[in-house]
This record gives sequence, structure tokens and C-alpha cells, in this order.
Amino acid sequence: MSYLLALPYIIFMAIFGIGPALYALLMSFSKFSMGVPQYWAAGLDNYKLAFGDARFFQVFGNLLEFLIVSVPLGIGFVVLLALLLDMRPGRFSSALRLLYFIPGAVTGPALVLLVICILDPTISPFGPLFKAIGATNFDALVFPGSLPFLFTIMGFFSGAGMWIAIQHGGLQGISTEVIEAAELDGCNAWQKALYIKLPLMRPYIVYQTILIFALNVQLFVEPQLLTSTWVQANVPPQWAPNQLAYSYAFDVGNFGAAAALSLLMVAIGLVGAVVLIRWSGFFKLEG
Amino acid sequence: MMTRQTATNQRAPGRLSLKRYVGDLGIIGYVIRLAILLIFAIYFVVPLVWLLFATTRDPTSLYSSWFPLTFGSIDRLVASWTNVIAYQNGEMLLWLGNSIRYAGLSLLGSLAICIPAGYILAIGRFPGRRVLLWLTLITMLLPVSAMVLPLFLELNLAHLINTQWAVILPAMFFPFGVYLSYVYYGASLPRELVDAARVDGCSELRVFWNLALPLARPLLGLLAFISFNANWNNFFGPYVMLNDDKLYNLPVGLN
Repeated sequence: MSYLLALPYIIFMAIFGIGPALYALLMSFSKFSMGVPQYWAAGLDNYKLAFGDARFFQVFGNLLEFLIVSVPLGIGFVVLLALLLDMRPGRFSSALRLLYFIPGAVTGPALVLLVICILDPTISPFGPLFKAIGATNFDALVFPGSLPFLFTIMGFFSGAGMWIAIQHGGLQGISTEVIEAAELDGCNAWQKALYIKLPLMRPYIVYQTILIFALNVQLFVEPQLLTSTWVQANVPPQWAPNQLAYSYAFDVGNFGAAAALSLLMVAIGLVGAVVLIRWSGFFKLEG
Repeated sequence: MMTRQTATNQRAPGRLSLKRYVGDLGIIGYVIRLAILLIFAIYFVVPLVWLLFATTRDPTSLYSSWFPLTFGSIDRLVASWTNVIAYQNGEMLLWLGNSIRYAGLSLLGSLAICIPAGYILAIGRFPGRRVLLWLTLITMLLPVSAMVLPLFLELNLAHLINTQWAVILPAMFFPFGVYLSYVYYGASLPRELVDAARVDGCSELRVFWNLALPLARPLLGLLAFISFNANWNNFFGPYVMLNDDKLYNLPVGLN
């Protein structure tokens, strides 16, 4: 009977998740000439090609830096904002929550325009701020060492609102009795947030950590924006592994190598996820 | 006169009412909270306002204006929007309609699939449960660039390429939503309630329909929000699966 409720999902996962994934695995051992696959013909060549690429260790190194910066900062600030908004429920908090969410709707060409203009101190609305920290031109802001932070800030801009809404959903699930009991015991707003709400948010924080990690491993849009033809930023055209995979597939037409690299990314993502899931007991049933 | 009297009376013990106003946040806490929230509001909103104003200004003034957040002129705004709407013989509105339809249908389908799945993963004990959770994770880790060719071939086999279903069906597979439903039910559905219903002879299906689904209202809103947003911004799917520009959605059309 349990299977009946999960059945539609199992079917869709088989068709649109696992099926394509297995085909990607097959592709990673296949040779592509003029877009026509010869299955199993490549052996391990695609993996060798990926490992042997001079950019390979560079892009994974970049990714590692990005993950170290973006995962803790992203989660920390989302949880902070969600808790602060929750201290005073009301119209002001609801309005801010909506406001934080709006940037998520900006994509495509508008996002390119936005990023380029915001990062150019001569026209940016934050120009005075940038000049105050000594950045008078684009290159003073956009350089290799700043990229993990820039991509984090860009990702947070468009994604944080959604996560704040999710954490808000989690906070609303906390029973009012628990909060009232804490108030009777003399907890103030800050103590309630730190000692009552934060521990009870744990499942949602774990959820966010796992998903942010899974999403950020696939970093693509943010570095791609900075390498668009409009900008002369000194950003390498393939900064993240996903860009390199994309380049294999669509610049060179080597879908095999793209699949091999993607599967290596999945493997790395899985290692991180296994650690998180084991440590947090995310898959354990309550009670 | 009366009202003014009461107003002054209320204001009279000034320190006390300020204390009452800031409540259990404390005065310093109140200020810190407000400051952090407003700083982030600036971070999120100023670029948007700038973008909005940019549509009202002519290109040279973007560089020359002494203050970056200036409003240009209404004429400019009208001209910009007329340009956008007239772009590609008014196909813009068609794309808008497509965007709404794709996102709406994907949303309904994905919710119908992921809520029961998340629920049963959170409360059910059945063989294969962990496998399902792991597979969900793996599919989320797969980059779109690796999935796009297999998906294309699959949909081609089913003769669905260049139909709206080539965009909608893959979008109905929504592992993020399954995990969110899983967390939601795991954290906020009391197990005793489920067990009691089972003891009373409710079938799993009835427990879900009469107990779990009504409790899921906040979850439903959240999922709808996320799914719609994801599909509204879907670029890669329509870009690869469609080649008739009458079927494009906004992100692909505007590109």
C-alpha cells in the first residue's frame, strides 16, 4: 500500500531521473563522431581526457573554494534572517520576506545586465560603497580571488528569498505551546530564537545544507554571466566543472567527455552528501 | 478634544511605552534586528530598483548621472516597453502565455506526485525506502548538461519533441519537492496521530487523504511557490526541446 503513494514518483523518477542518468553513464564510455554515438567504443578514454585536461584540477579547485565560501555563508545568513523575521511576526516582516524573494524572479538577459552594471563602480548604485573600499573599476572588484565571494553574493541575491520562505515554513511548524512555555520561563526574543527555535529548525537546516551543497556543486549561471561577451572580465571561460562539461558537450560536441565529467561531479557531490546524511541522520525515521 | 487628550495621555510615560514597543527584544536588540533586516533589504532591492529605472533612462544618462538611482522619463519608459512588446511581431505576449501555461501545469503535476511520495517516505516503513531517498539525491546531483541529451532522445522516441509536453513532463519530476515534503512530514506530522488512525483501521491511502493532506497547507503554498518559480525561469528545457518559436516560453523567447 505504501508503494501506491510513491508509485507516480517512482515512475517519473525512472523516466526522467534514473533512465537519463544511466544513459549518461553509457555515454561516458561512448565515442561521438559528428554527434553519432558509438556505444562502449571509448572505454575509459573520456575519463582520461577529463583527468588529463589542464583545466580539470583548476575547475575543481575553484569549485572547492566556492563551496567552502558559499555553503556556510548561505545557510548562516538565511537562518539568521529567517529567525530575525520570526521574532516579530506581522505586516512588516511579511513584507520584507516578500521583498527578499523578488530578486529570484530576475533571470536571463535582465540578470546579465544587472550583474554587469552592479559590478561596474562607475554606474553601480553601490558605486560610492565600492569606491570607499578602493575599488574604482570593474577589474578591482572582479579578480580570481574575489570570484568565490562574488558568485556567493550573486547566488544569495537570487536564491536566499526562497530559502528564507522555506525556513519560515519550518518555523511555523513549531508548536505555540513550546514557545509559550519558554515565555513563561522568562525567555526573551533572542533566547527563544537561540535555544528553542534554532534547535527545532534542525531538520530544515539539514535539508537546506544538503540541497545547497547539491545545487552549488552544479554552479553554472553565475560564472557564465561574467564570461558573457559583454564583459571583459578576467574570468576564465571555464571556471566551474559544470561549465567545462558544458563546453565539452556544446563547443566540442564530445558528449562522452561531458558525461564523464558530470558523473565525476556527481561522485564528488555524493561523497559530501553521504557525510552530511550520516552525520545528521537525515534518512532516519522519527520514533 | 477627547481624542487629543487620550493621545497625550498615552504618550506621557514615554520611556515606558518605548520599552513596551520594543518588547522582549530589548532596545539594543530592536535596533540591531532592524538594522540587519534593512541592510539586507537594500542589498535585495536596490539592484531591482536600478534595473526598473534603467528602463526609463536613455543609455548615455546611465553613465552621466551623478546619482545612480535616478528616474529618467515616462516617455522613455513607454518607448522601452513598446519596443519589448512589439519585439518579434508581438510574440512576446504569446511567450508570456506559454510561460504561464507551462509553469502552471508543471506545478500541478509536480505537487500531485511529490507530496504523497514525501509523505510515505517520512512515515512509512517499507523495503526500498532508503534506496528511493538515495536515488532522489543522486538525480538532484546530476547536472542538466549531462541530462539534456538523454532526455531529448527519450522524448524524441515518444514523439514529444516540439510539443509542450516535452517541457512539462520532465518538470513534473521534482525531487527537491519530494525532499521538502519528506522534511515537512517528518518534522510536523505527529506520529501518534498516524498510528491512531491506522489502529482505527484507516488504510494508508485514507490516512494520507484525510489526515496528512489537510495538514499540508503551509507545505502546499511553499512547494507551489518554488515549483512555479523554477519552471517560470526554466531556460534549458524549452531551449533544447522546442524549435517552434510559437511554443517558446519567455526566457527562451527573449534570448
